[in-house]
Amino acid sequence: MTDLHSLESDLLAKVEAAADEAALDGVRVAALGKKGAVSDLLKTLGTLSPEERKERGPLINGLRDRVQGAILARRESLAEAALAARLAAERIDVTLPVREGPETRGRVHPITQVIDEITAIFGDMGFSIAEGPDIETDELNFTALNFPEGHPAREMHDTFFLAPDRDGKRKLLRTHTSPVQVRTMRTQQPPIRVICPGRTYRHDSDQTHTPMFHQVEGLVIDRSANIAHLKWILEEFCKAFFEVESVKMRFRPSFFPFTEPSAEVDIQCSRKGGEIRFGEGDDWLEILGCGMVHPNVLRQCGLDPDQVQGFAWGMGIDRIAMLKYGMPDLRPFFEADLRWLDHYGFRPLDIPSLVGGLTG
Amino acid sequence: MKFTLSWLKDHLDTDASLGTIVETLTRIGLEVERVEDKAADLAAYRIAAVLTAEQHPNADRLRVCTVETGDGAPPVQVVCGAPNARAGMKSVFAPPGTYVPGKDITLSVGTIRGVESRGMLCSGAELGLSDDHDGILDLPADAPVGEAYAAYAGLDDPVIEINLTPNRPDCTSIHGIARDLAAAGLGSLKREPLPPVRGEGACPVSVDLAFAAEDRHLCPLFGLRLVRGVRNGPSPDWLQRRLRAIGLRPINALVDITNYITFDRGRPLHVFDAAKVTGNLTVRRARVGEEVVALDGRTYRLDEGVVVIADAAGVESIAGIMGGEHSGCDETTTDVLIESALWDPRTIAQTGRRLGIITDARYRFERGVDPAFTLPGLDLATRMVTELCGGIPTQASVAGEMPDTDRVIDFPWTEVRRLSGLDLPRPEMKVTLESLGFHVAGSGDRVKVLPPSWRPDVEGKADLVEEIVRIAGLDRIDPKPLPRIEATVIRPVLTVLQRRTRLAKRELAARGLVEAVTWSFIAKDEARAFGGGRPDLALANPIAADLSDMRPSLLPGLLRAAQRNADRGYGDVALFEVGQCFASDQPEGQSMRAAAIRRGTARFAGAGRHWDGAAQAVDAFEAKADALALLTALGVPTGGLQVVAGGPDYFHPGRSGTLQFGPKNPIGHFGEVHPRVLKTLDVKGPVVAFEIVLDALPLPKHRPTKVKPPAKLSEFQPVSRDFAFVVGRDVAAGDILKAAQAAERTLIAGVEVFDVYEGAGIGSDQKSVAVAVRLQPVDRTLTDAEIEAVSARIVAEVSRKTGATLRG
Repeated sequence: MTDLHSLESDLLAKVEAAADEAALDGVRVAALGKKGAVSDLLKTLGTLSPEERKERGPLINGLRDRVQGAILARRESLAEAALAARLAAERIDVTLPVREGPETRGRVHPITQVIDEITAIFGDMGFSIAEGPDIETDELNFTALNFPEGHPAREMHDTFFLAPDRDGKRKLLRTHTSPVQVRTMRTQQPPIRVICPGRTYRHDSDQTHTPMFHQVEGLVIDRSANIAHLKWILEEFCKAFFEVESVKMRFRPSFFPFTEPSAEVDIQCSRKGGEIRFGEGDDWLEILGCGMVHPNVLRQCGLDPDQVQGFAWGMGIDRIAMLKYGMPDLRPFFEADLRWLDHYGFRPLDIPSLVGGLTG
Repeated sequence: MKFTLSWLKDHLDTDASLGTIVETLTRIGLEVERVEDKAADLAAYRIAAVLTAEQHPNADRLRVCTVETGDGAPPVQVVCGAPNARAGMKSVFAPPGTYVPGKDITLSVGTIRGVESRGMLCSGAELGLSDDHDGILDLPADAPVGEAYAAYAGLDDPVIEINLTPNRPDCTSIHGIARDLAAAGLGSLKREPLPPVRGEGACPVSVDLAFAAEDRHLCPLFGLRLVRGVRNGPSPDWLQRRLRAIGLRPINALVDITNYITFDRGRPLHVFDAAKVTGNLTVRRARVGEEVVALDGRTYRLDEGVVVIADAAGVESIAGIMGGEHSGCDETTTDVLIESALWDPRTIAQTGRRLGIITDARYRFERGVDPAFTLPGLDLATRMVTELCGGIPTQASVAGEMPDTDRVIDFPWTEVRRLSGLDLPRPEMKVTLESLGFHVAGSGDRVKVLPPSWRPDVEGKADLVEEIVRIAGLDRIDPKPLPRIEATVIRPVLTVLQRRTRLAKRELAARGLVEAVTWSFIAKDEARAFGGGRPDLALANPIAADLSDMRPSLLPGLLRAAQRNADRGYGDVALFEVGQCFASDQPEGQSMRAAAIRRGTARFAGAGRHWDGAAQAVDAFEAKADALALLTALGVPTGGLQVVAGGPDYFHPGRSGTLQFGPKNPIGHFGEVHPRVLKTLDVKGPVVAFEIVLDALPLPKHRPTKVKPPAKLSEFQPVSRDFAFVVGRDVAAGDILKAAQAAERTLIAGVEVFDVYEGAGIGSDQKSVAVAVRLQPVDRTLTDAEIEAVSARIVAEVSRKTGATLRG
């Protein structure tokens, strides 16, 4: 019996000592191969008497199973160690920077973002978007909007004109998006609810003015729309746009040729260290002009001011962008400085919506 | 428009505070721009007596003073640097804690060269009252110690400046402003009777309104009166103080009176020195080339657009804007002609703009002066002249007549609620109109309203609503929700183009491009380089020479922007713009485009050097990829899209392509920008670009349902076969792909080019294009024979269409 015990401890020691897969296989062949020590013992079983076999059989088979098990276990641990060694050798420096993806580098201009925000809000209120050409006629930009002949806005120092045509008539670059309102009223039957965002132009260039800027106007025409509705729309818009719980607005009577009554609207804010906050403080900041559409304008559009009525408003997109997002100066909006766009621009997937919030 | 509080109270009987008045003005549409209240600003500054002034022990130029500040307080020690500081003088003292406007500092107790100083003796400059830095204010000996300096100096009359809208000529007058405030409930308007002046004898100077019939509106009414025997010196203190307070310089009594009435009543006047007027006056259009030296000392060259007042010697005054220097009044004037006339607002505005003259008279006449006050204004001026300067007036000489401004507005009271949503009691509305000077006739639901002569802006019902509502206060209108037109979930409102415009910006940004917004106008040579520069798209009055022409393309603006960034050290630029371009001055000539440029190594995958591999310079395929990605994102059906070589002449002729749906429907271009064009724009290249006209894109197919066709997912393994075709160098790879694809309609699931080779082993005018064809069996695994058959058809088809041979 001692020979079996010593054989087993000898074999198990060899398994344990095998340093790699090849050595382990050598041990396996020496023990369990065709001429292996254990295989030889197994062969002797056939020569034994049944009584002897009954006694020796389990002993030799047990030896075989244990050696086999030890080899398997050793193989697994060797494989594990080899893998660990390989993985250790494959180590990378994870602090190396990766390239930024295109969607991380790209930017949407703040004007685009703000127009999308405005569209989301007014779209929910049932407004559609009306657009028109930048090159307009004097009739649509001024006459139809009740600007009298000789009004200073019609002069070369306020408005960009194109070269006169053969009849001496000269087109101009629209000074507001109001011609779009006229086009809308002339082609659509009330009820009308549109906003008109777009590029506008005035002959002006200084610290706070650029010769091109962006405006959004709104127009509501039906049989009952009045100043009370106008106030509601503007208050709701300002709350939604500036993303504040409440705003305090002040409607000051004012004058525009195309509305009567007319008002300018101030919004209450605080200014601390150059930062403007709405819904608090006691400064007033003018943000838009509005009023009931002038009866002369309705008539110019073929509408009867005793039958239909409505209101309009207009505000600077660039300006409200500056107020909301804190750009101190208007001029860089049009300079395409990558550093400015990277800082003030928006990521491509920052898509404003009312359900998800205008800003994340 | 500026006025002082005390001046306002000449016309308004009120005990309202300054704050209430200011708030009310803004509330009723007379927006207060600024209030200057020196009494409040300078409240801490008191009159003080300098008791002693000793030499500072440690500084030659400083004195140590003890100052008595009044109210029995113990004297205060003050270190003072003023050369005129001396014992016994009266000056102005500010205690610690006081803000000093002239220095923009707040005083604190200080130690100056070792001596404590508890306050400051002040100069006029430090108080922000003058430019006098020479020394501290030196007040008369009887100045009362301890009293507020502002009150003592007569600076305690707050100045209010309102930003007047152009429709309110009546409020170019303090009387008019008082009327509005009285209507708003802030006291009552003082209406002192203005009895007519009975002059002695006829005015010796007559006036001829020398106008053709169609020009009579240029001067409908002209009143003139001579006052003989006046003494013209400085006007009285109270008058000078008021004029100074609103920023006017007192000249002499006669001139000051006209300025006073201009503000007091909104009635501009002119005074001529009668001794310098030759013969009678004629009011007429100026003659081309006539000149006048005006009261500002400048010579103006006139033409027929200008209306003048002339005498036998020539032009004496630019009507309604500025008098002439020659006949102006000075201290030697003894006989004065006072003019009160009516002028056409438009002509005054045009003349003023053309001559570049801004005066208080122009400001009023171009808005519309109350015609009914023309002659009462003349009488008021006459009375002031005789009161302040003595003299005996003649009767007035009047030419023309008062224009009829009467109009009646048929006004249903319900109009107020209809337009404003505000329900006001009828008596309140009536009182408002009447206190503003409107005459309301009749009773019941509809009344007749007659606007006053000073309100040329009021034309109809809406104007009356504005009057009533602004006085009631817009804040009384409660916001009311605007109901939806239909009680439904909101339907999509964007047009296809609007949707595509929005999406284009997001897609291009997602490709690593940065959105620019550049000017719609560009330089003429830039416009020409991009197919523009048409005369009908040139601005008549550009704001700058390089912003002169409407852009025909977005590319010039982007290219210039790229170079500006490169000049700042950012050479790898990837910019896009989505915006309008112009092919004519008609609405149809305007198109919405999307364009992008890439410069340097600004590739889609990233720019610049990187440990993982440096980016190569951009090439035309980067621009092509941007363009095609955009089309895909916009949902443009690309089945019929063709990519053909070549583009407009601002692209590299061999490295550009045109995207089109057939030769007649190009939608855009891509490629390297032509080096010559880059040179014109002063841009260093290479730069690649694409531009697509969004309006030109085919509309998405309208489908009755949103159901997608069923997905056909084969159970069988696809098979790939590679072919290397040798073709002529000019053969387009696109043609090889098309031919291969066409060889077998059902099995070929895709064809890719995986290698293009030119060089050793093939002919010098040839190239090898290697394509991989993917076969997707539909109902069973393909046999080798079947695969061979398809392969043979592919080779045959490509060879037939392109002359290709298989590379050996």
